[in-house]
Amino acid sequence: MEMKRVLICVALMALVTYIPRVVPLTAFRKPIKSKYLRSFLDYTPYAVLGAMTFPDVFTSTGSLISALCGTAAALVLSYRGKGLVTVACAAIAVVYLVELLL
Amino acid sequence: MNWKREFVRGLGDGLPIGLGYIPVAFTFGFLAVSGGLPVWVACLISFSNLTSAGQFAGMNLIFAGAGYFEVALTTFVINLRYMLMSLSLTQRIEKSMGTLKRMLVGFAVTDEIFVVASLNQGPLRAAYLFGLMALPIGGWNLGTFLGAAISDFLPLALQNAMGIALYGMFIALIVPASRDSFHVLVIVLIAVAVNCVLTYVPVFSFISSGFRIIAATVAGAGIGAFLFPKEDEDYVKREAA
Repeated sequence: MEMKRVLICVALMALVTYIPRVVPLTAFRKPIKSKYLRSFLDYTPYAVLGAMTFPDVFTSTGSLISALCGTAAALVLSYRGKGLVTVACAAIAVVYLVELLL
Repeated sequence: MNWKREFVRGLGDGLPIGLGYIPVAFTFGFLAVSGGLPVWVACLISFSNLTSAGQFAGMNLIFAGAGYFEVALTTFVINLRYMLMSLSLTQRIEKSMGTLKRMLVGFAVTDEIFVVASLNQGPLRAAYLFGLMALPIGGWNLGTFLGAAISDFLPLALQNAMGIALYGMFIALIVPASRDSFHVLVIVLIAVAVNCVLTYVPVFSFISSGFRIIAATVAGAGIGAFLFPKEDEDYVKREAA
């Protein structure tokens, strides 16, 4: 692999990751008056996370079955109010065990 | 004193994110090195990008021999959601925050940091945000290094299992909010439904994963804002808190 090409790609990735993050924060400082637009922005995090998780989580492991089991474990534990790390580690453990059994 | 207290409060909120990032970044470091990148390049990517989906996609394109434009465009589209998050944050951070601080905060707008920051009551101060960013940045870089350095010793079953770590964190963030608010539940379900349709219906197969997520987000949050607009009192309460 040619190192110069790789490093240019990495620099481009860093640039197009930083720009969308920083431009609104620095360029836009006014309070938004519209009730709908404000609600839209408040609801954004939940919609983003939902779309990022499903259905991609089902193909995140070695098999569909282990992914389903891991997802079920994460859903149950997070419903009971367990924290990020507990839920993530429990999901890994369940997937690992299921893949050992298969 | 006040600065220090806010910073420490941020550190506390960031700790679970930082710990959760370690296995995800570990997976990234592992995949980068097993694909042929040197350890230091894997670490450089994590240090300069600080993002999950964009890094994984960009790395795969590097391996596939894609051109510069394709790498930049794909990563950009995946990261466009950060624009929505940053725009949302502009409404929450204290108005007096200077440009340099805003540029530093902008570097660490990730899905999890954004959601945890959004759950705060009242305006967000720079001290709190810097505290919140610190441990996730550390965890992301540490995890990448560990994954890149010791990838050869990890059994395949464990490598496969770690792929779910990122999604486990996402689930831990959305499920409690959906349990406590019917509005949030409806919004999440709409976003998931739109994303599933765009993923599985063959007509839409030309749409990249970045655009799918943006379309699903706009649909979920947009329909949510139309169905359940938040009244002004909600904001007055938040400002006062």
